[in-house]
Amino acid sequence: MSAIYILWLRELKRYVRSRAQIVASLGQPLLYLLALGFGLSPVFKRAGYGDYLQFIAPGVIGMSVLFSSIFSGLGLLWDRQFGFLKETLVAPVPRLQIMIGRTLGGATVAVIQGLLVTVVSLIAGFRPAHFFTVPLALGFMVAIAIVFAALGVAIGSSLQDMQGFQLIMNFLVMPIFFLSGAMFPLVGLGRVLTFITRLDPLSYGIDGMRSMLLARSAFDPRIDLLVLAVIGCVLLIIGAYRFSKIEI
Amino acid sequence: MIRVQNLVKTFGSFTAVNDVSFDVAAGEIFAFLGPNGAGKTTTIKMLTTLLHPTSGSIQLDGLDPRTHQNEVRKRFGIVFQDPSLDGDLTAWENMEIHGVLYHVPHKVRRHRSEELLKLFELWERRNEQVKKFSGGMKRRLEIARGFLHTPKILFLDEPTLGLDPQSRNQLWNHVRRVNEAEGVTVFLTTHYMDEADRVAHRIGVIDHGKLVAQGTPKEIKEQTGAESLEDAFLKLTGSTIRDESANSADQMRQFAKMWSGGRR
Repeated sequence: MSAIYILWLRELKRYVRSRAQIVASLGQPLLYLLALGFGLSPVFKRAGYGDYLQFIAPGVIGMSVLFSSIFSGLGLLWDRQFGFLKETLVAPVPRLQIMIGRTLGGATVAVIQGLLVTVVSLIAGFRPAHFFTVPLALGFMVAIAIVFAALGVAIGSSLQDMQGFQLIMNFLVMPIFFLSGAMFPLVGLGRVLTFITRLDPLSYGIDGMRSMLLARSAFDPRIDLLVLAVIGCVLLIIGAYRFSKIEI
Repeated sequence: MIRVQNLVKTFGSFTAVNDVSFDVAAGEIFAFLGPNGAGKTTTIKMLTTLLHPTSGSIQLDGLDPRTHQNEVRKRFGIVFQDPSLDGDLTAWENMEIHGVLYHVPHKVRRHRSEELLKLFELWERRNEQVKKFSGGMKRRLEIARGFLHTPKILFLDEPTLGLDPQSRNQLWNHVRRVNEAEGVTVFLTTHYMDEADRVAHRIGVIDHGKLVAQGTPKEIKEQTGAESLEDAFLKLTGSTIRDESANSADQMRQFAKMWSGGRR
């Protein structure tokens, strides 16, 4: 247990110490919120969907949780390059505990990042429909963070160096974000697009957040949670397995 | 304590370790010598559960690292050849993490960390981030960390690389002390033949993945009819210079250096 705790704490310390990075990572969400939120708002309103800024805010929060958690998992690659990974791999601690410590640490950091973006969007003019459902939205944030931190670890364990990073970024992370309904409602889409968005775990996370924050959703929030829980478990198992097979 | 039989490791068509066998007795200091790329580090990685052998058998304290990973990991400590610190954490925090991972009780951990950081003259700067340390300081911290818990077997992979004579002296004195006082078996590699000659009870010389000589420093000198261990080493392994190809980790470090303005 203490091994899980110390590795969790390590992720947090590293996050808190990278202030420049924290500020930088708020840039993209801010751009989406302001440029798209206000820019597309008139069109969105004319289509009868209401205020686009309100609609996109949960999507942008979900996006920052997604990026932050996947990158924390991929941080494994940096640890591999800078050697710290070896130090943990030869320690007399089951690799499962090491993987859990890292994943929880990464997920915690991602949730903090999500909360920061939530504050930013509140300042930008986002207003949740009910305040008492906000803690439930936080629950979805945690679920998203764990799912993608586990995915990040699974990928990070399988890559040898940063060369695959761009590939992962363009063919996995960005599609997960763009096809999740973070930017557009999941209604009235073509058959193919509907099918793809249903396969994207982030769709359920953002839909869940939206139903908690805006009281509007494409799926039942209980289904959202169930899907996230199942995918989370599967990815944790895959991540733990891949992690246990690392050779240096 | 360590028994290696017919150990082989191949990477694709390249054979890094080729049919190596040796024994290290409990309480012994064994030096594993060889030119760059001879297979020293690969052997250590297999001994320390980081790599799986292609064939052959390894026993550490009677246990197979392949099947009893955790049991084996409880028995050894290691100082790696290349850096394995977390640069974003302070020296003290790096020691703390190590202590927790190795189940060193809280009190002992604090006490020993202080002792070791003072011994290797890092105590004053214990609260600074490791990435601000010089190469020699990082090296000293790695070594101090390696001694935080008392393992049955201590692996030292070129521990003196980049150390000044003072620290080198400290290191070997400390190695001898834990070896004599606590009976720790030491398995080390080095490029400094005088060190091996001074510290090691027995020596194994490896070249091109094959063990070419084994015995006490004296025996090896006698076998080759050389005056010093250095001459004996050159006789055994030839005088051509070996190049290791840069692996992806080295390339990455290069890359990171470029981006962080050489701070790492």
